[in-house]
Order: sequence, then structure tokens, then C-alpha cells
Amino acid sequence: MAMSFEWPWQYRFPPFFTLQPNMDTRQKQLAAWCSLVLSFCRLHKQSSMTVMEAQESPLFNNVKLQRKLPVESIQIVLEELRKKGNLEWLDKNKSSFLIMWRRPEEWGKLIYQWVSRSGQNNSVFTLYELTCGEDTEDEEFHGLDEATLLRALQALQQEHKAEIITVSDGRGVKFF
Amino acid sequence: MDRFVWTSGLLEINETLVIQQRGVRIYDGEEKIKFDAGTLLLSTHRLIWRDQKNHECCMAIPLSLVVFIEEQAAGIGKSAKIVVHLYPAPPNKEPGPFQNSKNSYIKLSFKEHGQIEFYRRLSEEMTQRRWENVPVSQSLQTNRGPQPGRIRAVGIVGIERKLEEKRKETDKNISEAFEDLSKLMVKAKEMVELSKSIANKIRDKQGDITEDETIRFKSYLLSMGIANPVTRETYGSGTQYHMQLAKQLVGILQVPLEERGGIMSLTEVYCLVNRARGMELLSPEDLVNACKMLEALKLPLRLRVFDSGVMVIELQSHKEEEMLASALETVSEKGSLTSEEFAKLVGMSVLLAKERLLLAEKMGHLCRDDSVEGLRFYPNLFMTQN
Repeated sequence: MAMSFEWPWQYRFPPFFTLQPNMDTRQKQLAAWCSLVLSFCRLHKQSSMTVMEAQESPLFNNVKLQRKLPVESIQIVLEELRKKGNLEWLDKNKSSFLIMWRRPEEWGKLIYQWVSRSGQNNSVFTLYELTCGEDTEDEEFHGLDEATLLRALQALQQEHKAEIITVSDGRGVKFF
Repeated sequence: MDRFVWTSGLLEINETLVIQQRGVRIYDGEEKIKFDAGTLLLSTHRLIWRDQKNHECCMAIPLSLVVFIEEQAAGIGKSAKIVVHLYPAPPNKEPGPFQNSKNSYIKLSFKEHGQIEFYRRLSEEMTQRRWENVPVSQSLQTNRGPQPGRIRAVGIVGIERKLEEKRKETDKNISEAFEDLSKLMVKAKEMVELSKSIANKIRDKQGDITEDETIRFKSYLLSMGIANPVTRETYGSGTQYHMQLAKQLVGILQVPLEERGGIMSLTEVYCLVNRARGMELLSPEDLVNACKMLEALKLPLRLRVFDSGVMVIELQSHKEEEMLASALETVSEKGSLTSEEFAKLVGMSVLLAKERLLLAEKMGHLCRDDSVEGLRFYPNLFMTQN
């Protein structure tokens, strides 16, 4: 557990853990939750979670304050994240999810920018090279989890800027 | 008790039985007498009482001697009663159980219940006065009451007789007045039926009747106190009764409202108003309907319904929204408050305190913390911070 994580002021505000009935207030509350979830997951390098884990995680359960966000409200927060493009359900039962602190399109853009910058259009990379290779050590997407990377590349594929291909020991991508 | 005459208890031709009730005791005025358990029969012409133990003991009073009747509700250990006020006995009255009595009324005590129905039937008979239309044999002495100007005497006796005469006249006037009222009530029922049937015809034949006529008809009905018959909407177009009541409410509630900070829940109003009235209590529906008219009648009070459904009466001058600013201040000072804590601090009922906090939340001044510890309200930092 990273010690340097700074909780936002809302985390110590008891009403934060009650879904607000006033819609304007709720909008602000949900926005704060979304932002908290993403920064928490980013810092803890957590790319996926189950709902059960989430309930008990300090993210939604402030033991010191003695407040937990009830599971129905957690579902609402997750749905907000999904609508914004930061979350994807991994199963039909909605019991586990992929959490991306940057949306796949944003990652795709960053990767493509690096590819262009380094003049490597029309090159082929393995997924491993992209996220773990020496060349990308200074890039933000270095160390990105595979699930998120795939979605980023799929986004680029949609834009005809890349194509996911099969290589000798797995998958790779060709950039255009 | 001196109006009763002995009778066989058999009905005459043209006299029909209306209702009978066992377990009735007779009082001479307020005094208990030996006639404590009998069957009371009401016919079109008479009130007959027969002793349950001794059927030979049977007596009757012609209904023409009845001035008016009253109900006396049952109490603890006391049965419900009907009080029957009577004209003096005619001088040629047949013999009965008492020669003289100082009381001009009797009481009938219904020890085995049945008072309500009996009273209703007796009232009907008093209204319809069928004994006048269908005379029976002389022995029943249909008495049309004393003729005025008959008395001509001197001295103390003369004065006494004149006073007696005057009293009888008054009694007669009273009973006649009641007669009109009961006739009116019978007529009113007919009128309502008639208006309903006409209203239905209007509704069905919407095209044939001109709008002008419809409006006129509706206004006639409204002036008679019948609410809009076609749309059955009483809100805003309530009956005369509710309009009057609304005006009355202003008089009763003005001061109490000022004492309570300009706002009271409708239940508090209900209790207060009925306590003030003492008798002829208001039903909740009547109160609500009257309150719904307050604003339309431009009276200084108004009915307000909160989102939660709680209804309150406010002075027009009361601005609940302005109260919110001070509510926010109070909550901010204390960090957070529950409805009960807030109520105590401000000196309000918990119900109204909660409504005020909820309104502040609705307006975005406060937000809530709902946990096992209860419902607390905080200043809405979501909006003010960042």
C-alpha cells in the first residue's frame, strides 16, 4: 500500500459516503468519486478489481471515519466510470472490472505519438516490447497492463492507425 | 309523565308500526320511576310503552303532543337516551299512570341499545306527521296544540296562565322551526339527487347544451353549496361551507401561528381548531378542503405541502426560504446536526425541523450523512469547496 497516496478532503467528509439525493450535489459527489477511484488505482497500479474487493478496499471503506460507501452506490460510481470510458466490465455478472485511469483512446494517442516521433511508422512491435522494452522506459505507457494496452491498440485500429497481428509467441501490432 | 294514557297496545286501523325496541326505561324528567324495563313501540300516531314483565301495563303518548326530541349520548355506565319534550296534556285526557307531573319532558333510556335507529325513525315520523293526514279514532286525541287567544282570566292564575301560554307558543315556534329544517333536509336530499342526474345528462349530451347554460347551471349549484358536479374537482372550487370554514380558520389560527414562528403542521392545526370548537368537530377532510381554499380566497394563511407529503399552514408573511439561510448558519456552527438536535436548538417541532433541513438540502445548502448513527445534515461542501 503506497504511503504517499493523498486522500482528497471528501474522503474525510462523512456525507461523501451517502449517495446525495440532490442531483446537483450528487453530480459533484460522483465526479469526486470517479477521480478518487482513478487516482487510487493508478497509484496502486491496480488495473482490475472485483466488486467484492472494492467494497472492502480502503478506497470505499474509510475505517477511521467509520463510513463505507454502500454497494448500490459503488455500482453507481462504477457505472459513471464506464460511461466516461475508464471502466470495462470483464464479465456478464458485473462482478469484476477493468479500470483504466486513462481512457484507451488516450493511451492509443500517446503510443502513436511516440511511434511517429521515433519515426517507427510501418514497424511491427510485440506487445511486450511496447510496454517493457528499453525504448519505452521513459514513456508513460511503459509498464501498462496488457488488457489496457490491447484496448488502446484496438482504438488505434478503429482509426486505421494500427493493426493487431499475431506474432511468433503471442500478439503484436503494426503501426501505419 | 302525566301525558301518558293507558292503552291496550293494539294498533288502530290506519295506524302502522314503525319500529320497536326492547329494554327501554322511562324517566319522568330526571327522575327514575317504576317503569324500568319495557318495550317501546313507535307507530305513525303514538309512542307506546309496554312493561316487559307485565304485558297488561301498557301506555301511550300521541305523537301530536311531542314538541321536539333530543338525543343524549351514552356515557360510562349510562345508556343512550332520547329526551322527549311534550305539550301539556289536553284537559280531556283519558286516564294514565300519573295524574300530575311537574315535568314537561320524559326521557327514554335504551338499556339494550337501539337508540340511534329509534331516534332516526322518531324524527322521521315527527317530520312527516302522518297522524295528521290519517286520522284514527277519537280515543287517540289528535291534538293540534293550543289555540291562541283562548285564555281569558284574571289575577295570579291569569298571569300564570298567560305565561304558560307564552311558553307553549315559544315551544310551538321552536318545533315549527325544526319542522322547516327537517323538511328542508328532506328536500335537500331530493335536490342533490336531481342535480346529480342533471349533471350526468349534461355530461352525456355535451354538445346539445350551450356553454352558457352549463355555466349558469354550475353557478346555481355552487351557490347551493354543491361542488362542481361535472368534473368533481373540489380544489379551488370548493363548497360554500369550505369557504366559510377557511375564513373561520384565519381567525382561530392567526395568533397561534405567530406564536409558533409562522408555521404549524396540519395535525397541530387540526387539534387546535377542534379544541377551540369544542363541539361540532371538524373532520380531517373538511379541514384539508378548507385549507386548500386559503390561497384562492387570498386569505393571510396558506397551505403548503412539502415533498415528503407533510402539510403545514403558514402565514403568508412567513418565508420558509429565508429561514434556510439561518438554518445553514446554525448547522455550520455546530458542524453537523440531526433533525432532533436542530429542533431543540431552534425551538421547533422535530417534524417541522426535519422539513426545514430537507428543504435546505433540496436548495443545495446542506447535504446528508446517512449511516447507522442516524441521519445528519452537513453544510454542502461539495458545492462550496474546491
